[in-house]
Amino acid sequence: MNQDLTQMLAERVAAAQGAGRPQRIQGGGTKAWLGRTVEGETLEVAGHRGILSYEPTELVITARAGTPLAEIKVALAERGQWLAFEPPHFDVRPNPDGRPGADATLGGIIACGLSGPARPYAGAARDFVLGVRIINGRGEVLRFGGEVMKNVAGYDLSRLMVGAQGTLGVLLEVSLKVLPRPATDLTLALELTAGEAIDRFNRWAGQPLPLSAACHDGERAYVRLAGSEAAVQAARARLGGEAVGAGADFWRGVRELSHAFFRNPAPLWRLSLPPTAPHDPSLGPHFIDWGGALRWVQSEHPLWPVAQAAGGHATCYGRRPAGQPGLQVSGQAGDPPGGQVFQPLPPALLALHQRLKAALDPRGILNPGRLYRDL
Amino acid sequence: MTERCTGQQQGDHGQDNPPLGVQLSVDHHPDSPLTPQARIARQAELVAGLLAILPETFVLHEAEDLRPYECDGLSAYRQLPLAVALPGQVEEVQAILRLCQRLGVPVVARGAGTGLSGGALPHADGLLLSLARLKSILHIDPLARTARVQPGVRNLAISEAARPHGLYYAPDPSSQIACTIGGNVAENAGGVHCLKYGLTVHNLLKLEVITMEGERLTLGADALDAPGYDLLALLTGSEGLLGVVVEITVRLLPLPERAQVLLAAYDDIGQAGAAVGAIIAAGIIPAGLEMMDNPAIRAAEAFVHAGYPVEAAAILLCELDGANEEVSQDILRVRQILLESGAVEVRTARDEAERLLFWKGRKAAFPAVGRLSPDYYCMDGTIPRRRLSEVLGRIAAMSAAYGLPVANVFHAGDGNLHPLILYDANVPGELERTEELGGKILELCVEVGGTITGEHGVGKEKIDQMCVQFQPQELAQFHAVKAAFDPAGLLNPAKAVPTLHRCAEFGAMHVHANQLRFPDLPRF
Repeated sequence: MNQDLTQMLAERVAAAQGAGRPQRIQGGGTKAWLGRTVEGETLEVAGHRGILSYEPTELVITARAGTPLAEIKVALAERGQWLAFEPPHFDVRPNPDGRPGADATLGGIIACGLSGPARPYAGAARDFVLGVRIINGRGEVLRFGGEVMKNVAGYDLSRLMVGAQGTLGVLLEVSLKVLPRPATDLTLALELTAGEAIDRFNRWAGQPLPLSAACHDGERAYVRLAGSEAAVQAARARLGGEAVGAGADFWRGVRELSHAFFRNPAPLWRLSLPPTAPHDPSLGPHFIDWGGALRWVQSEHPLWPVAQAAGGHATCYGRRPAGQPGLQVSGQAGDPPGGQVFQPLPPALLALHQRLKAALDPRGILNPGRLYRDL
Repeated sequence: MTERCTGQQQGDHGQDNPPLGVQLSVDHHPDSPLTPQARIARQAELVAGLLAILPETFVLHEAEDLRPYECDGLSAYRQLPLAVALPGQVEEVQAILRLCQRLGVPVVARGAGTGLSGGALPHADGLLLSLARLKSILHIDPLARTARVQPGVRNLAISEAARPHGLYYAPDPSSQIACTIGGNVAENAGGVHCLKYGLTVHNLLKLEVITMEGERLTLGADALDAPGYDLLALLTGSEGLLGVVVEITVRLLPLPERAQVLLAAYDDIGQAGAAVGAIIAAGIIPAGLEMMDNPAIRAAEAFVHAGYPVEAAAILLCELDGANEEVSQDILRVRQILLESGAVEVRTARDEAERLLFWKGRKAAFPAVGRLSPDYYCMDGTIPRRRLSEVLGRIAAMSAAYGLPVANVFHAGDGNLHPLILYDANVPGELERTEELGGKILELCVEVGGTITGEHGVGKEKIDQMCVQFQPQELAQFHAVKAAFDPAGLLNPAKAVPTLHRCAEFGAMHVHANQLRFPDLPRF
């Protein structure tokens, strides 16, 4: 189903700007919990959907923001390609077979800037964004970047949209770089402690190995190799460990936070740290991903200061409500003051964020407060 | 307008320029709103302020000291600044920016000055801030695979320092032996490796930036992401208009186990273009995929004797890297694809020496073409690969119509063209016609769905073509973003993003045919 709602959406935003009415941008609603609560009229963008162009030999796909992620993945898979940053769906309603459903949209994954287990080896969501079409806070329809690999004309406002959670513009279209799917992959399990795993992951990442994911679930380390059969087998011989069946299911559980570790009522924290940061078991139960650079921690205490001291930052992912697949609405963990979710910014940087927000959304009507109270 | 000189070779210094006095030698300048007296007063005030921050050796203000800074790699545009400052400490950069903010003096930052779009061209009423003395590699962390460096460090020096750890820095602009990492960040530089390993923006972790107000900001982190907006991405490629980068943390990659290159010759340039698509459709992402057309092949062969087939219409160079087993397998597959796509000859480099020889011609293509002609003008535009054949055909037609030969050397893998227009600056009007042809080529890139710059930046050179690629509301949005960082507009003014007024004038040139400079030339 293809549908172009550009004009309607632009008119809605322009009218909202005139009246100063805040807009809560909503696609599939699968990541509504990731960020502070937005008070405002709902701006539905899920109906603005459809793949606009896909040329496999150009390694570029362009689609409307409301296009379901699942639809894009199917189109790419038909041509042996994929989104190498492995975006999580976080679908609230998974399909009966446990696979991701159809709710997550392209716009949502780009606005939230989320990347899966392959991130340290393949790159992040923002690394694959080539261009966007947006509606800014004035209701103007603007295009930045393009559909080619190299484009340095003007400021890179397309990548600026990644992770801005709709606070700088309503995404209309996104052009993404896509890559060939590796010919094969293999997951190995290794008996290592968390500390040993972090050290080993970093040493391996400095060698020419076909790594595509590396995590530690609190008990064992898991490493995914991807590439040609010959390269994967050669690397397997070097790394040791035992092959894990159903590797795809395992990594889907890591990506979607549905692995057994995450089925715990304690508040979940996402710590993005230098990959070599020492393991600190005293913080709470850990699940280590991204070859050491991402630490999921269950903790009743706010972990912003700890993450900052370790050279990174923390995000509050909230509690998992009993009997539900998704995560709870944000701002619950440890009852942080003011519903704070993201790492506080230094004052000079926050001031710059506010000026930048004003440059794109002068009346502050797009998802106000979603990232920070004063933004 | 900025002073224009004939000749593109650096060192061919301004015979056209009037002799300059020894001190406080600013002349009246058409771009400057200041009277000569006001400029002299401003220079005196600026120099006095700088001398309170820096030792005398590092403040240049006499004409002969300023002369080496009058242009960057695009020497068709030249301009003396009021002064040059050479800070050696981050704190000095901060103090200099605060001084300029207070005095309302424009600032143009520069590294090695190898940029090709006039992005580091001095401002007539401004300071040229050289970051060349900030050239320390501060720390290499082999376990975390990062290097923390100052902006004046040369691109290649990072890989040289990382090599003992089995690591390297992937982006490899052709000028990597001389260009600095700070300039790479300002232009989001690319190179042969970009298709597989990305541009500068994909290989950065953290920047330390000084705002025009002298505030120090950390953008990005030693972690793989950072809270808030992705200002690291925004600053990258912003051509020095948003802040001055004083420290950079780059990501290092493991040196590939093996690299192997293939050379394929074609009688038909369209077949060579199709071969590029066929390789990618087969699921192979080469580390480098470069194409040269016949004029470029001949020039390179005459210069470096790489053994290139000089009769070929085009050659493709395809480098594969990675694990030993994978490269062995892919070489055979690519060889097959090249033969099936109509290559008349496919060679595989037998050893490292031959691999380097294959590349030597490509890397020396620009100077090689420079031997054929008194001057050449290197363009930089990107197109969707599938339009390659059509675009090269239309460039050839334009080249014939303008009577200016064009040689093509480019990054075929990512559609980044570098047409080299051969001209003679001593022939009156030829530089202007060359620039006009260059502009037409860039407009063609936009028309087929590409962009006016893949890796060189807009700078001074392509500022009018920005009006072709972007709508007025988009340009206005860029200006609003600029104002969020630099409300007074003092960082590298009049570069990269044109004023709407300028676009209106540029558009008028096309609308009113009788006002065109060469009304007798055919239009495309």
